[in-house]
Amino acid sequence: MITTTPGQAAAEATEAILADFIGGPHRGVIVDSPPGAGKTTLVVTAATTLADASERLMIVAQTNEQVDDLTDKLATKVPTLSIGRLHSDGFSVPPRVTRHPGVTASNKIDQVEACTVVIATADKWAYVSDRTWTWAIVDEAYQMRSDKLLAIAALFDRALFVGDPGQLDPFSVVDTERWAGLAWDPMQSAVAVIGRLNDLPVHRLPVSWRLPASAAPLVSEAFYPFASFRSGTAAGDRELQLTTAGFPVPWDRTLNEAAATGWALHELPSRHTIRTDAEAVQACAGLATRLLQRGAVARDENGSHDVGPDRIAIGCAHNDQVAAIRAAGVPAGVTVDTANRLQGREYDVTIVLHPLSGRRDATAFHLESGRLCVLTSRHRQACIVVARAGIAELLDNHPSTGRVQLNVPVKFPDGWEANHAVLAHLSIHRVRA
Amino acid sequence: MSIMSSYARALAVQTGCAQPVATVRHVHLSAAPMVFIPLKLAGEAAAPLGALVGTDPANPRLLLVPQPRNRDLRFAFMAELAEVLLPYIEGFAGVTETVEAKTPYERCADAPQLLVPNRGGVAFAKLLGRSTRFRRTDGPYPVHPSVPVLGQWLTFLAERAEYAGSSSLVSMTDALALHWATGQSSMEDASLATQLAWIAPPDGKNGPEAALAAEDPLTSPPAGPETHPDFDGQVLVHAIQAYETSGSPAQIREALRSQLEPTWTLMWQGVRLLRGLPEAATVEARWARDRDQFTRETARLADGGFPRGRVDGAVSAAIRLADLESALQAYEAQRAFDDPLVMTEHRVAGKAFSGEVVAVDATRRIVPAGKTRPAPRPLVTIRTGDPVRLSPGRRLVSSRNRKQKTEIVDITGDLVVIQVNDQMGRGATPAPGSLPVVGDVVCYAELDPGGGQRPRLPAGEDTPWTHGGPPEPYMPTDEDAQEAWS
Repeated sequence: MITTTPGQAAAEATEAILADFIGGPHRGVIVDSPPGAGKTTLVVTAATTLADASERLMIVAQTNEQVDDLTDKLATKVPTLSIGRLHSDGFSVPPRVTRHPGVTASNKIDQVEACTVVIATADKWAYVSDRTWTWAIVDEAYQMRSDKLLAIAALFDRALFVGDPGQLDPFSVVDTERWAGLAWDPMQSAVAVIGRLNDLPVHRLPVSWRLPASAAPLVSEAFYPFASFRSGTAAGDRELQLTTAGFPVPWDRTLNEAAATGWALHELPSRHTIRTDAEAVQACAGLATRLLQRGAVARDENGSHDVGPDRIAIGCAHNDQVAAIRAAGVPAGVTVDTANRLQGREYDVTIVLHPLSGRRDATAFHLESGRLCVLTSRHRQACIVVARAGIAELLDNHPSTGRVQLNVPVKFPDGWEANHAVLAHLSIHRVRA
Repeated sequence: MSIMSSYARALAVQTGCAQPVATVRHVHLSAAPMVFIPLKLAGEAAAPLGALVGTDPANPRLLLVPQPRNRDLRFAFMAELAEVLLPYIEGFAGVTETVEAKTPYERCADAPQLLVPNRGGVAFAKLLGRSTRFRRTDGPYPVHPSVPVLGQWLTFLAERAEYAGSSSLVSMTDALALHWATGQSSMEDASLATQLAWIAPPDGKNGPEAALAAEDPLTSPPAGPETHPDFDGQVLVHAIQAYETSGSPAQIREALRSQLEPTWTLMWQGVRLLRGLPEAATVEARWARDRDQFTRETARLADGGFPRGRVDGAVSAAIRLADLESALQAYEAQRAFDDPLVMTEHRVAGKAFSGEVVAVDATRRIVPAGKTRPAPRPLVTIRTGDPVRLSPGRRLVSSRNRKQKTEIVDITGDLVVIQVNDQMGRGATPAPGSLPVVGDVVCYAELDPGGGQRPRLPAGEDTPWTHGGPPEPYMPTDEDAQEAWS
């Protein structure tokens, strides 16, 4: 029985995290954050709390886009804060960062180190030396490889590691098992390594503000089996309306189902196909086009707005699928990208080409739970999955049998099981094309 | 598998003949490589059974362990192996050349090259290295002084084999698969006999017929290190029993010879096939890296260097991973720029394109991001028929000058406009010859041979708290020599 409101629960969690980070005895605090759980808000709150106490802070993120987003949000929330945006030579800082008078952008650490908050990518921080900060926040720490942390760990005394454990693990182009089982395996995520070598407190953010009430229970159960969270909104708070009636054709029926329930499985006939399955690609592009034609309007806790192309994303597993979907005629402005690049982003409606659609085998790459988790947790309103029939049978024919390696901690959730859980839920929302 | 390699395999099935997937040889081949074909006892992790080894095709040396369960005999085998390998390896240490660099240094003029039949051979060499490098020459179970030295060298070679493009320890099936696609799966290609049957079938047979014939374990025994179970059960067990009763290894010698000699012939056939290809342009540079590392290891061992630890520390693991990644990146790029057939693979995937230059704007000057003064940034327009899947802003490398950095400005239809960013001299206008001219056929690819600056990692003794803090300095102990599986 839940007695607190989502807002209270989130506020309590934030308070406990800050108390542990700023006042606790540990050198590091880990915060597990499910999709859209106000991770950025936590980072901003921690930064302002430290700034109020006249403490200097360094912030580490993984990509330039993440750094720019964070800088923008921080400067918007606290315009008086002096923020240093450290970047590499030749990088042009976008206007959304430079428009803030409190932000100093430079590629030289000397010119920004006096700022209260200095923020840069892990790659850029690795070139900074002979300076230390008492406080650090490492954002998207589950996406950071531990060797990157090794390069910058000497810069700070205490750190807050924030990230989403359900997303894709970092990877290397090198295929080696040389360090499997070692506590400091450089190919593991930064959190995996610090967690194994240090006894650090782990906190969780309990509420997803992004995922609607229709999605939070499924995503929580399938991908966060031991760290459940709930939606910040109730069932009636969000609504996706299609302002024109549809035709009785599969694309429109799929959209109706998605608008009504928040999920839809657009199922194509079972067939083994190449990765750029022409029919599935056409369906992804066609559903996006139809959604815009039918004039979708999203209502949420902040009011109502039209769902424009910038609020729609199509996600898939491979780059060649992205290229094929773009070539199939996607309306201008709709995002088409791989799961890796959709991490951390948010849309009203997402259309997902299922990673296992049309495949003959289920490889570790396609079974990776993080991939499906990213794809099915980017939406505020509805998620439409396009897939060939027969994925459940494919999964049953390829039971998950990775090699067992000594001293490698067992990782949850299991991709095979997570895939089954999502499929079972989607089968309720099936529309046969 | 890429589209090109799938296509080459399909073509091989259709024509019944292996298809070339490279026009030049991407591995270095020594004038006298050391061929090493090890066998191990089934059911044991690292119990050597025998080996055929040597640099002369006509004169291999057969080494064997008459009772592989006897550890003393195993290390006697290793001592005998050291008699062959150590003079070969250490023979390269004496001849050096001076490398002209910022600080000139000495580098061995040549280095050892070990050829094994397959990846299993590489893995077994690594295991042999691990089981011998920590052994002591005194104390309770002493071994011959050459054994731990051999262990250090085998470890060095096996670790070099992890780097892409290294030719210090080469698996023959991998080297062949780099140059020819057969009509079998890549797993079947790990069998040297059937792979060579596809590539060079005997007269009167096509690839699949020859491969089928080569699947007979009597004429083509497995290339090791695993032996055929029928051989184990019907031949080897009796030969070992005969040794136990008579003390004569003659029967085992004959049995192992029958298993090893066919592979020996195949190995040299593979060497001849590879020698038939002209060497790729960057092979020499990559072999120089192997020679550099060999020179360093020679010096390290001469200083009484410890055997390498069983596990890497946090810092050395991170450095090694960065090295492995940059070696792979450089190798992929060099291979593509060396070989138009390899580049085709990237062109089909849309990561590279080739075409004719139709316009050059050499006088263009802009103020680059982060700079204050205008600098030459010429535009080159290329007409291409390739399916380009790159977007504006992506950085490309040109086949004309692999150091020149360029980026895509615009793609419209079959016209690609790129901006050249460097390597144009110091003048206000680009130096002559630094840009392509109209009519040139050029190739640009999103493949960077790399070699740029890398951030510094802390020293091992400064390992930060996040990674467990400074480790104890490494000192090999007797426990290192103990393995659960040995």
